Amino acid sequence: MENLLQQLVNGIAWGSIYALVALGYTMVYGVLRLINFAHGEVYMVGAMTGFYAAHAFGVADQPSALGLAATLVASMAACAVLGATIERVAYRPLRHAPRLAPLITAIGVSLLLQNAGQLVFGADPKFFPPLVASREAWRVGSLAVSNIQVTVLATALLLMAGLELVVMRTRVGRAMRAVAQDADAAALMGVPVDRIIQLTFVLGSALAGAAGILVGLSNPKIDPLMGLLPGLKAFVAAVLGGIGSIPGAMLGGLLLGIVETLVAGYLSSTYRDAIAFVVLIAILLYRPTGLFGSAQPEKV
Amino acid sequence: MRARTLAAVGASAFAFAILEWVLPRALNPYYLTILTRIGVAIVAAVSLQLVNGFTGQFSIGHAGFMAVGAYASAALSVYLGSEWLAALASVLPVPLARALYFPLPLLAGGALAGVAGLLVGIPTLRLRGDYLAIATLGFGEIIRIVILNVDAVGGARGFALTGQNGADLRYEDLGAIYAVVAISVAVIARLAYSSAGLAFRAVREDETAAAAIGVATTRVKVLAFVVSSFFAGVAGALFAHSEGYIHTNSFSFVRSFEIMVFVVLGGLGSITGAVIAATVLTAAPEGLRGFGEFRMILYALLLIAVMILRPQGLMGSRELSLGALRGWLRGRRAAA
Repeated sequence: MENLLQQLVNGIAWGSIYALVALGYTMVYGVLRLINFAHGEVYMVGAMTGFYAAHAFGVADQPSALGLAATLVASMAACAVLGATIERVAYRPLRHAPRLAPLITAIGVSLLLQNAGQLVFGADPKFFPPLVASREAWRVGSLAVSNIQVTVLATALLLMAGLELVVMRTRVGRAMRAVAQDADAAALMGVPVDRIIQLTFVLGSALAGAAGILVGLSNPKIDPLMGLLPGLKAFVAAVLGGIGSIPGAMLGGLLLGIVETLVAGYLSSTYRDAIAFVVLIAILLYRPTGLFGSAQPEKV
Repeated sequence: MRARTLAAVGASAFAFAILEWVLPRALNPYYLTILTRIGVAIVAAVSLQLVNGFTGQFSIGHAGFMAVGAYASAALSVYLGSEWLAALASVLPVPLARALYFPLPLLAGGALAGVAGLLVGIPTLRLRGDYLAIATLGFGEIIRIVILNVDAVGGARGFALTGQNGADLRYEDLGAIYAVVAISVAVIARLAYSSAGLAFRAVREDETAAAAIGVATTRVKVLAFVVSSFFAGVAGALFAHSEGYIHTNSFSFVRSFEIMVFVVLGGLGSITGAVIAATVLTAAPEGLRGFGEFRMILYALLLIAVMILRPQGLMGSRELSLGALRGWLRGRRAAA
């Protein structure tokens, strides 16, 4: 029982990182109906920026809360710029092209960042500096929660709350929701669609940057190909929750993290990577548009 | 008509002769390997084109079916085929025995992949658009990870095509490989432009309207998916037998993406487009080797640039044929 609780705690901490990445997928999908396959690479760039920023700020040698915050901001800013650039260069020229064309440029950008990453950062894995000195925060019976897990979860929740605030309570957020509902109608109402789409990329990429730092904290080995599988799984999480839905991405990410941790803990870690997809398919067969997705009415 | 058939037979025989006798002597093994890989890529791309381009179903798990074909054919060859091959070789000359045996693992790999396609297709083809995409991607990964855990086919060590009796089961005959490629492309093209193909395209254009005029949409989609999986399996079997060693890493979602790129870049709904894209994009990373570490970066930039310049793909949904080429030339001459 305690073991189960422990796995749940680990799963939630891990799942909150998936959730942050999944949010970027789901937001971009919401406004553009595009699966942004380059998103996993943005998350990789986030982790790499964090690595260099932490060394530049001297946080790597002296862990502090302020240093962690500075690293987080640096990485989020770098990813925001990257996200906006990707949108401008690879997706905006294809706004009115057939739907699959931007998907291919997305794969192109993903390949580009992976290979440029190997050239710039080196192909060898790096060790992410411990920005938080690891120790046990709480212990209840045999249940142990490390302060890294607390930091990861708190940061993720804070960012998600911030996003919720931006999307639901600001003019910009309202514009984003309008574009997601109907871009043409939004344009007629005076919403600057291109700018809102770019802003969506900025927000989503910043969250991916933060996720890069958080994954560096809990899983310190980082390399230029690290975004590939987590990126795919975060996409799975987004579809699981119903792609385009923000609460869906959060729930999907947490669910995926928990299921994966449980499978790795109780069944077999070799099947860990397959289980994400088994859960996904099982859910899609019962709810073909994900947990929170709404079915589109068919027009004849 | 008779003259055209004769010309086609002649051209095929000529191409076969070049592939079978001239190229293996003229080129070094490096180029021959690339030619073989191009053949595999063409079969994979054209088979995916049937589902993505002609039926409009967005499937991105193609590498999973290639894996089924590759591993099924390899297991057949290693555990049973090597004995059969030895028996055949005892009564026939060795090259003839090998050529006679070769289609067997390809058909077996294709058949098993087709069954896998049926099992995956029936539940998932109810899904639409991106949900279908992610479900097929998921099945592709599940297939790969399951194979990775089967010890009889090597698991994480990979699987070498060495028979139980020590026979090398590799088959690198370029003429035979391209004969398989040509047959696969021809069968898929005939299907795509038959009356069944008309139903495929009707589903692509508007599923509801197709259903309304009496097209059994689910059956049509499953049919396209099964045929596509069969040829993906043939491509996998071809890959396994030409490389002589397979590993599940060759069949990850990265491979599925690669095949999807062939299809979209070539032009959705164009068989010749898929052939051209598969050829060029398989050769390109090799051609760019002179750029050293910038090679894959250039490849990625090339991909982005081509897609932005030609969003409808190289061929759009048109086909390249002698007739079309003649018409295009005539048009240019008239304009000049």
